[in-house]
Amino acid sequence: MIKPNIKFRDPNEVMKLSRLGSFHQSKLSFLRSFIREFKDWNYKKNSFSLDKNGYGTAVYSFNKNEKNYSLVCFAQHISPNERSDRVIATKWDAAFVLHDGVPTKEDIKRLKDNVPKQEVGRVSYKELTLSRANKSVRAFDHVVQSLSAGKQPDKKLLNKVGYLYRTTAVYGSGKFGLADRFRIKDRKEIYGPFRLEMMLVYLVRQFTFDQVNHIAKSKNPSKGVELDPKIARNLGIGNSTGLGMAPFIVNHPTLLHNWIYSREKALKEIRSIEKVNIRDLNIFKDCLKKSKVSINSWLTDSKYQNNKINSLKSDLVEFDKYLEKEASTKKKYFWNEMYIWSEKNLEEECLEYIVSMMMEPYDSIIDPLINNMSSEEDEYFTIPTYKKVSDLKKILENNYKAIIKIDFNKKDSNHNFWFISKNKEEPRVANRYEEHGAELEQPLAIARDIKKLYEKVNKVSQKITIAEFLLNNDDVRHVVRRAFIVDQFPYSEIQDNTISASLVPIDMLRLKLSFFGAVKFDPRSDKWLRINMYQGAPLPHEMKNSNDTWVYNTFN
Amino acid sequence: MQSLSEIDTTSKRASKAAGFSWGIAEEIGKAIRSLELFGLPGVINLNLYLKKIKEKHPKKVNKIEKENKNKELCPIYSGVAILDQCKEIEILKTIKLYNVNYPLLILPFASKASEILGKKILIEFNKSSYLINFNKSILSKNTEKQIDVLANEISIEFLENKNLFSDQEWKELYKMSEETFVEESASLKEKGAGAGLTDND
Repeated sequence: MIKPNIKFRDPNEVMKLSRLGSFHQSKLSFLRSFIREFKDWNYKKNSFSLDKNGYGTAVYSFNKNEKNYSLVCFAQHISPNERSDRVIATKWDAAFVLHDGVPTKEDIKRLKDNVPKQEVGRVSYKELTLSRANKSVRAFDHVVQSLSAGKQPDKKLLNKVGYLYRTTAVYGSGKFGLADRFRIKDRKEIYGPFRLEMMLVYLVRQFTFDQVNHIAKSKNPSKGVELDPKIARNLGIGNSTGLGMAPFIVNHPTLLHNWIYSREKALKEIRSIEKVNIRDLNIFKDCLKKSKVSINSWLTDSKYQNNKINSLKSDLVEFDKYLEKEASTKKKYFWNEMYIWSEKNLEEECLEYIVSMMMEPYDSIIDPLINNMSSEEDEYFTIPTYKKVSDLKKILENNYKAIIKIDFNKKDSNHNFWFISKNKEEPRVANRYEEHGAELEQPLAIARDIKKLYEKVNKVSQKITIAEFLLNNDDVRHVVRRAFIVDQFPYSEIQDNTISASLVPIDMLRLKLSFFGAVKFDPRSDKWLRINMYQGAPLPHEMKNSNDTWVYNTFN
Repeated sequence: MQSLSEIDTTSKRASKAAGFSWGIAEEIGKAIRSLELFGLPGVINLNLYLKKIKEKHPKKVNKIEKENKNKELCPIYSGVAILDQCKEIEILKTIKLYNVNYPLLILPFASKASEILGKKILIEFNKSSYLINFNKSILSKNTEKQIDVLANEISIEFLENKNLFSDQEWKELYKMSEETFVEESASLKEKGAGAGLTDND
């Protein structure tokens, strides 16, 4: 058999929002790479000072070779009418901060005054990430009641929820006074993106188990029992995510590229394997089989998501038939053959599911990619103004093929605008023909502005330099910068119109969340969704001997 | 204290609010961040300048020439033009800008230009001087004031790459460094390296 000519997938296909909104967690996901990196660190519950109702302060840490990261937790009473999972809330059941090193008593006091206030508090360069969370009251209260009565909780109820607490935001990178990335970026253990955010969420999960055990035992010291570790392992941390994540992927083009490029490079390398060995084929089949348990318990009221889940389920039936009939280690380039079949026969939701599964056997391909998933964005900020307009025109025509064909004179193409709300400084999207504020639009209508740039470029001499062009066209400077970035980083740009009437913003959210490693996407509207993180993950004392395929260990 | 990330984002948004385009505002965010990183009062100067121009937006700067005269020059538009045109204006060796508001705000753009050109840049105004080193540092002299509202004249000199020491000083230092070398015996010459002793084969 002649070696097939396997290429990277075309950004014009991969970077469509419908495709990005079909991505699933994979071996590249940040939750999983966090556990791989930190599994040989020492975990410790340093202090746990809660009252009988579970209110107070606790500190957890990971340390290794004199390095120490500490999660400081503050739990408080809030009344039911104060509990909201919208980002605009001002009070939460618990607030958390990841401190760099071992916090002093003064640090704890300072943090206690600020961390529960979240956005209106201030933290310092000694803090790395910040978050807050609310109880899932029905799950939390049920677990407390059961444990205090000496019984384990009802698994069916917990299966429906999947966690005891739900976070509503996890902040890092200099927000609210947190350490700037430049202070910590050279630490080897945090080369992978969002690693400290992932650490925070992981330790928060353990706090929720310790808190629920503590309250149950305090309620009934003689009869109270602890949550069965098997049940705990099957619980993650929930997260409610709104539009805040959407601008992130537009505002960090080289980072976005590095994520997608890693996925595409992994796929290309796996498709290029000539001889698939039996061990690897079995890992693939085993992960696929186990993962279906999770798909079958993926519950949502969202019609949009249910359609996707149903398409995934029915496509997986077809895929199983194909696999049963065709899978063979005797075939050369079997992964490639399987991928080509999938591309022809499966919908996007299932195709990307299979792509994620294909990575499972290959630590040797995935591990080297993880450290390249961050980006030194400032290195690509400066516009190469010495280049000619003809260079720019070529870049636009090569990299924005579909976008420069969009007619923005049509109302539907220009339907939405992105803005920052004044009361909470959060991104929002609205209909420009019905709402006020479009004059304060954020620079997130990249497709429209690229089209405008293309029209301008066509009206000037192709021989002038970009510096000369910009003298009279600084209104498109932001997209000139992007065009030169996409020229080097082909997966850096969403190849869709982010202001069209048909925009489904949660597609943008799902892209980012899939790279986090989230599962059970549960859209509550087209603008926000709930997810689960770390469901099935090893508990801290189990990390050292844990298997990277923990994500498929859930029993619900 | 505010993080550099907060300084970047807030400077960008405030500059957009003051009438700059998003692309220029992005440059300003990075510029103020870099001034603060170098220990220079970027936020103070930007704040005052944006308040000054909120009602009447400054004129844009066109091509940078040897002498750049105007009734009032905007340090942002001038800075961005210097950055964008740095490869062309470098050959002028020295350029002058007159009547520049809040001249400190020009520095971060020149600093980025210094990195692109691989040349140090000397900037002088109002008896203060700033030696800009490849966007790695800014050395300042006679800079007691945090705020200069106006510079009647700014001189920007692109410095040729040259040593800051004499040949003699270099020779002396080199000689001392030789004391770490081993004098080669005939045996060491033969066995200490891979190549043959002759190259005539």
